[in-house]
Amino acid sequence: MATRIPLSRSIAAHTVLIAYTLISLFPVFVILINSFKSRKAIFSDPLAIPTPETFDLIGYATVLKQGDFFQYFLNSMIVTCSSLFFILLFGAMAAFALSEYRFKANTLTGLYLALGIMIPIRLGTVAILQLMVAGGLVNTRTALVLVYTAQGLPLAVFILAEFMKQVSDDLKNAGRIDGLSEYRIFFTLVLPLIRPAMATVAVFSLIPIWNDLWFPLILAPAEEVKTITLGSQIFIGQFVTNWNAVLSALSLAIIPVLVLYLIFSRQLIRGITAGAVK
Amino acid sequence: MGSLTLTNVTKSFGTTEVITGVDLHVNDGEFCVFVGPSGCGKSTLLRMIAGLEDCTGGEIAIDGKRVNEVAPAKRELAMVFQSYALYPHLTVRDNMGLALKQAGFAKPDITKATDRAAGMLSLEPLLDRRPAELSGGQRQRVAIGRAIVRTPKLFLFDEPLSNLDAALRVATRIEIARLHRELAATMIYVTHDQIEAMTLADRIVVLRAGKVEQVGAPMELYNDPANTFVAGFIGSPQMNFLKAGALGMRSDTMGLRPEHLTISREAGQMAGKVSHVEKLGGETLVYVHVEGQGLLTVRLFGEHSFTVDETVYLTPDAPRAFHFDANGLRLR
Ligand SMILES: Nc1ncnc2c1ncn2[C@@H]1O[C@H](COP(=O)(O)OP(=O)(O)OP(=O)(O)O)[C@@H](O)[C@H]1O
Ligand SMILES: [Mg+2]
Repeated sequence: MATRIPLSRSIAAHTVLIAYTLISLFPVFVILINSFKSRKAIFSDPLAIPTPETFDLIGYATVLKQGDFFQYFLNSMIVTCSSLFFILLFGAMAAFALSEYRFKANTLTGLYLALGIMIPIRLGTVAILQLMVAGGLVNTRTALVLVYTAQGLPLAVFILAEFMKQVSDDLKNAGRIDGLSEYRIFFTLVLPLIRPAMATVAVFSLIPIWNDLWFPLILAPAEEVKTITLGSQIFIGQFVTNWNAVLSALSLAIIPVLVLYLIFSRQLIRGITAGAVK
Repeated sequence: MGSLTLTNVTKSFGTTEVITGVDLHVNDGEFCVFVGPSGCGKSTLLRMIAGLEDCTGGEIAIDGKRVNEVAPAKRELAMVFQSYALYPHLTVRDNMGLALKQAGFAKPDITKATDRAAGMLSLEPLLDRRPAELSGGQRQRVAIGRAIVRTPKLFLFDEPLSNLDAALRVATRIEIARLHRELAATMIYVTHDQIEAMTLADRIVVLRAGKVEQVGAPMELYNDPANTFVAGFIGSPQMNFLKAGALGMRSDTMGLRPEHLTISREAGQMAGKVSHVEKLGGETLVYVHVEGQGLLTVRLFGEHSFTVDETVYLTPDAPRAFHFDANGLRLR
């Protein structure tokens, strides 16, 4: 940054950003502190920091005693990571084809692929369920991965295609002249250069998949394939809700997302592109 | 080993015809330069030779063998790009050796070839760095080195010097000329820099709107242009075009190089007003506005002082003028 920003403006900007950060983090903070308190303390003073008197791990104990909780966790991880992997792989490949090759109906194909952004996949729930029943995929993680991949692809193709167009043609052509296959050009030359875009797409796709309740409920409600979002619902009853357990489960559910996010955001920042082309 | 023949080569993008029928033969060992205004299809033609674009029509042959259907890597050519196009994830050594590695050469051979090329361009101290750790000039030298390593039949350069600063451009230009002598390889070079074209080329191909306007040695084009376009394009500063009728000649247009106009304060054939003076040290360029003819450039050697708005008289060196008809074609 060559331009100096005046101090007053810098202070103003930081004030706004800090205020926004505090507001955004507040609910998370409340969940976290209350997950460490006894049931009575949660209700008597929800905003208090846990003290030695009110400190209670009962919520975590309940969640971990609930046997399959670790399994739910694993299910969520498997489903989210596999979906992200396929979204990024297929999305990037489709984007490469759309941006790199001139063929008839190129624009039409691009539009068709982008159409999914505008039409919520949940509209097709009944058809998807019939499809999964017919394919014998009900109550499998595969069903969820398939649906989430389909759900994430349109945006991924759309964003990645834009970024692929910016990758230097000369670089790809140099690869072709040196005898690299199109796959090597895609994987070793193009993908590393659009890593920031991939990370963006990953973060955008990650959150809705991890938080989704709809499809796990419909396609995979069985005990052994439940995701954590669905698993946590057992603590929310029609008449009584085990708040300790719910808050603890939610707190625990934050951790993997946080880890994944940290991994991707590191990629966002890292730029190995410098010096490749002028 | 490395002649190139283009026979009625055409290229269209959709309905727009970009290359409209090019015939050209480049001899083995020749340094051939493509020049032409921006957008005339130089890069497209070069990419077609490299196999990066398909031909819409016509035939491309290397060493007499048709290569239209041959993949770029199998045409045994090397290309140097304006943007360097080094592989960012590889060291200089690996950048240079990649083509041979892909072609299945043994490791010791690759190392030998890389070291030889690095020696020719004094790249040895840089071999273990990555492109990001090099300056612009070093990057372009590495890109040239990468082309040398594979000893191709044909070198293709697409404006390789246009991202470099003036001093580096001269140095690299001389380096390319030296490489051409040492390797005795066929080189095809795209540029729109006059000086690069004139100094490097054995033969210059002047392109306009996807067509070859004239092919010839630099001095042939300079001294014997076929039409107003070539006459105006080759030579810097640009040739003056005068309306010959006003001067009592039978041709339509008279072309006169700026050094073939004499300027005087006392008397001459045309009166005009000085509109601008550029002093370059070794020479002085005087821009004179002449009624009915427009702005004419006069090139004088040494230092001269003229003041703006001063009235001067110009006299053409008639025997050295070129005459063109109404269509811009040369009258001989
Ligand atoms: N992929 C493409 N699709 C459509 N038109 C193209 C494409 N590539 C090039 N063109 C057009 O072809 C013409 C020639 O382009 P080209 O890049 O060969 O010009 P050039 O002579 O190299 O110009 P410059 O000196 O500016 O590099 C231009 O009018 C350009 O708009
Ligand atoms: Mg070009």
